[in-house]
Amino acid sequence: MRRIAAAVCLGIVVAFLVAAALLLHPFGHPPSQMDDYMIENSQNETGTNNVVAAVLFDYRGFDTLGEATVLFTAVTGVVMLFRVVKKKEEEHK
Amino acid sequence: MTGSVPFNIPFLAVAALIGIALFVIISKRNLIKLVMGIVILQAGVNLFLVTLGYREGGIAPIYTNAPEGVMVLPVPQALTLTSIVIGVSVLALMLSMIVHTYRHTGDIDAEKSRRMKG
Amino acid sequence: MSKIVRTVSNQLILLVLIFGLYIIMHGHVTPGGGFQGGAIVASGTALIIVAFGSYEVQKRLKERHLSILESGGALIFIGLAFAGMATVFFYNFLVGSPVFGHIPPFGPNPGDIWTGGVVPLMNIAVGLKVLAGLSAIVLVMALASSGEEMEE
Repeated sequence: MRRIAAAVCLGIVVAFLVAAALLLHPFGHPPSQMDDYMIENSQNETGTNNVVAAVLFDYRGFDTLGEATVLFTAVTGVVMLFRVVKKKEEEHK
Repeated sequence: MTGSVPFNIPFLAVAALIGIALFVIISKRNLIKLVMGIVILQAGVNLFLVTLGYREGGIAPIYTNAPEGVMVLPVPQALTLTSIVIGVSVLALMLSMIVHTYRHTGDIDAEKSRRMKG
Repeated sequence: MSKIVRTVSNQLILLVLIFGLYIIMHGHVTPGGGFQGGAIVASGTALIIVAFGSYEVQKRLKERHLSILESGGALIFIGLAFAGMATVFFYNFLVGSPVFGHIPPFGPNPGDIWTGGVVPLMNIAVGLKVLAGLSAIVLVMALASSGEEMEE
């Protein structure tokens, strides 16, 4: 019974995804107002030849800050999970 | 559909990847196979972000020794870079938790290790 | 691992390190940058761990030195973001100044390294952070799955 309900729900989600994929913009002609501005003006304002690096560190620097925080949290979590705490043997007499 | 690629085939590939990943997450009980389903889901979402910004006959958005042509959109590529790094971090944490669970209970079955022992 | 694998990976780790640092340094001229170069150097660390065994590597490369390197990278990144605070957070205040300040001509051109403002310095900071973080993850997980204990 649970498997039938799970299969029906999965079918509905995949049907919505396929409908969205067919109704999106035609592949190869995206709407691009903000990106035209960035391609035109990134050499004057930031002075880099690499537009992707200018977008990552200058126009959208907050996203890079959030990603650095996620990386730091993941490293802290992994090192903390494998730490060994030595117990002292106590004698209760 | 007025593009030259009929029926938006890359977006249909993304829908197929996400459908396969959701099927694996729902129906598998081994924890390692569950993690593999989550990795396939992340790959599908990254592919969707990159193919959103493609311009037909485009070159890479870098001005150093650039050939002739229009440039692809740079913003979806920056968002995909962030998404890949976050995917690697989440995968490292999930695998560490699986190793920890195996040491404590000796079993990696998702149904058996559900109850918390007080 | 056998003697051939250990000798070849001894020579190869130098090439991997130089290639990774080249990708980090030229991040504002060619494709690449901080995240990509840091991942390349971390894969060099994984090569050494596979060739020599995690116990031998852990005697030389301790985890607390990697932690200092990662925290230093994060602090330099935030310091550069605060340094342009006179106008707005994350302002590129080095464009036009004597340090990293040339402005390239419009259109396709052979690249100049001395351009870019704050972006090359931020690339170095993020590259250090990713290098240290991914190497620490690989080292700790290799130690834990081979049964050894981590030194405090």
